[in-house]
Amino acid sequence: MRLVLDVPTWPGNEAGTHVDVRLTAPDGYQATRSYSVATSDRGRVVLGIEELPDGEVSPFLVREVRAGDKLEIHGPLGSYFLWRPGQSNRPVQLIAGGSGVVPLHAMAAAHAAASDSTLFRLVYSVRTPAHVYFRDELAALAGPSFTVDYVYTRQAPPGWGGTVGRLTRDSLASTTIAPHERPRIFVCGSTRFAETVAAWLLDLGHSARDILTERYGGK
Amino acid sequence: MSFATRGFAGHRREPDDRLPPGQTLVQRWPVLSAGPTPNVHTDTWDFVIRDESGTEHHWSWEQLLALGVEDVTVDIHCVTHWSKLDMSWRGVSLDKLFENVEAEYDYVMARSYGGYTTNVPLEDLLDGKAWIAIEAEGEPLDPEHGGPARLLVPHLYFWKSAKWIRGLTVMPTNDPGFWEQYGYHIYGDPWKEERYW
Ligand SMILES: Cc1cc2nc3c(=O)[nH]c(=O)nc-3n(C[C@H](O)[C@H](O)[C@H](O)COP(=O)(O)OP(=O)(O)OC[C@H]3O[C@@H](n4cnc5c(N)ncnc54)[C@H](O)[C@@H]3O)c2cc1C
Repeated sequence: MRLVLDVPTWPGNEAGTHVDVRLTAPDGYQATRSYSVATSDRGRVVLGIEELPDGEVSPFLVREVRAGDKLEIHGPLGSYFLWRPGQSNRPVQLIAGGSGVVPLHAMAAAHAAASDSTLFRLVYSVRTPAHVYFRDELAALAGPSFTVDYVYTRQAPPGWGGTVGRLTRDSLASTTIAPHERPRIFVCGSTRFAETVAAWLLDLGHSARDILTERYGGK
Repeated sequence: MSFATRGFAGHRREPDDRLPPGQTLVQRWPVLSAGPTPNVHTDTWDFVIRDESGTEHHWSWEQLLALGVEDVTVDIHCVTHWSKLDMSWRGVSLDKLFENVEAEYDYVMARSYGGYTTNVPLEDLLDGKAWIAIEAEGEPLDPEHGGPARLLVPHLYFWKSAKWIRGLTVMPTNDPGFWEQYGYHIYGDPWKEERYW
C-alpha cells in the first residue's frame, strides 16, 4: 500500500533513507516504526507499506489512515544505505524482497533523475503480481541503463515464461551483475531475505564491502 | 510535539517501567546489520586489547573462556524501537579482560570482524557493566546475532554491543565509530532517547 504524505517543510532526501512514523493514542501511548522513503522529492514523502498480520502499526497505516489525517514523522534518517549520483561509476545491483523495494525504487528514480548512465539492475522478489509495489514507475524507469527482473514466489502473471518459486543462488547468479564487474550491491527486505541473499552473494564471489543490506525485521 | 493520531489505539500491553521512551517490547529477537554476516571461527579467534602504550594483549577462545564465564540477565534496547527484557546471556566480564591492562585514556573503540567499529567510554565497560558475550537464551550466539562473540553493553542502545567482536583499542578522544559516523548518537543512552545526532 502506498502512503503519500504532504510535508511542506520536507527538505527532500537522499535515496535510501527512512523516516520514523510515531503514532500516539489519546492517552499518550506511542508506537514508532521505521519506513523507507520511496522518492527523493521536497515537500512530499512517499511510503510503501506492507501489512503484517497482527502488526501494531502496519495494519493501522494500511487500513485506518485516510486522506486528511495528520501523522508524526521524523527524518530523513540513516545515511549509510544510500545511493548518491556521481559517487562511483561502478554498476549497481539492487535486490529487493517484498516491500524492500521501497528504498531501491528511490535509488532507481534518483539514478534516472540525475541522468546517471552507470548500469543499474534490479532483482525484485514478490509473492504474486498483486504484491508488486511501484510496477508502473519501475516500468517507466526501465531502459538501457536500468533493467528489472521479477521473481514470483507463489504466482506469476498470465503468460509468464519463467518459473515460479523462491529465489535460489543459481537464479540470483544468472540475473545479477557478475562479481568480476565489481557491482555495488544494495539488498533490502525481511531479515531472512537479506541474510540469505547476502550469504549467497559472498558465495558467488562478491566482496563483503560491496554489499549493503537493510533488514526490515521478521523471520 | 506529539499529537494524538486519529483512530490509533495500539496493541496495549501492561505498562512496564523498564521500557525506555519510544521502545516497544518484543519477544522475538530482530537483527540489524549493515552488511553480510561474517563467518568467524573460534579456532582462529583472537581477541586483542591495545592499550595506550600500543601494547597488545591477546586472548584465544580458550583463554577467554578460562577467565570465567558468568550468567547475566539484562534488558536490551535497540535504536530501531524494540526492547527485549530479562534476556539471559553468558559471557566474560570486561573487568577480567582489563585487569592487567594499563588504561588511563577515557575512551575505547570496539572493533569487529567485518570492519565494524563503535566507540564507548571506558567507564561504561567496567564495574560489571559490560561483557564479551558468547551465549544468549541458552544457545551459543548465532552468527546473525554476532556469534561467536559480541560485546554486550546493555545500558546503551544495542548498536554499541558490537557483533563479531575482535578487539578494543583504548583511545584519548571520543572518536565516532561506524554507525556514529553515519548519524547515530555518540553515546546512545536509551533512557534519554539518544538515537541520532
Ligand atoms: C530501516 C527500516 C526501514 C523499513 N522500511 C519499511 C518499508 O518501507 N515498508 C514496510 O512495510 N516496512 C518497513 N520496515 C518494517 C517496519 O518498520 C515494521 O517493522 C513493520 O511495518 C512491522 O510493524 P508492525 O507494527 O505492523 O508489526 P509488529 O507489531 O512490530 O510485529 C507483528 C509481527 O510481525 C513480525 N514482523 C515484524 N517485522 C516483520 C517483517 N519485516 N517481515 C515479516 N514479519 C515481521 C513480528 O515478528 C511480529 O510477529 C522497515 C524497517 C526498518 C528497520
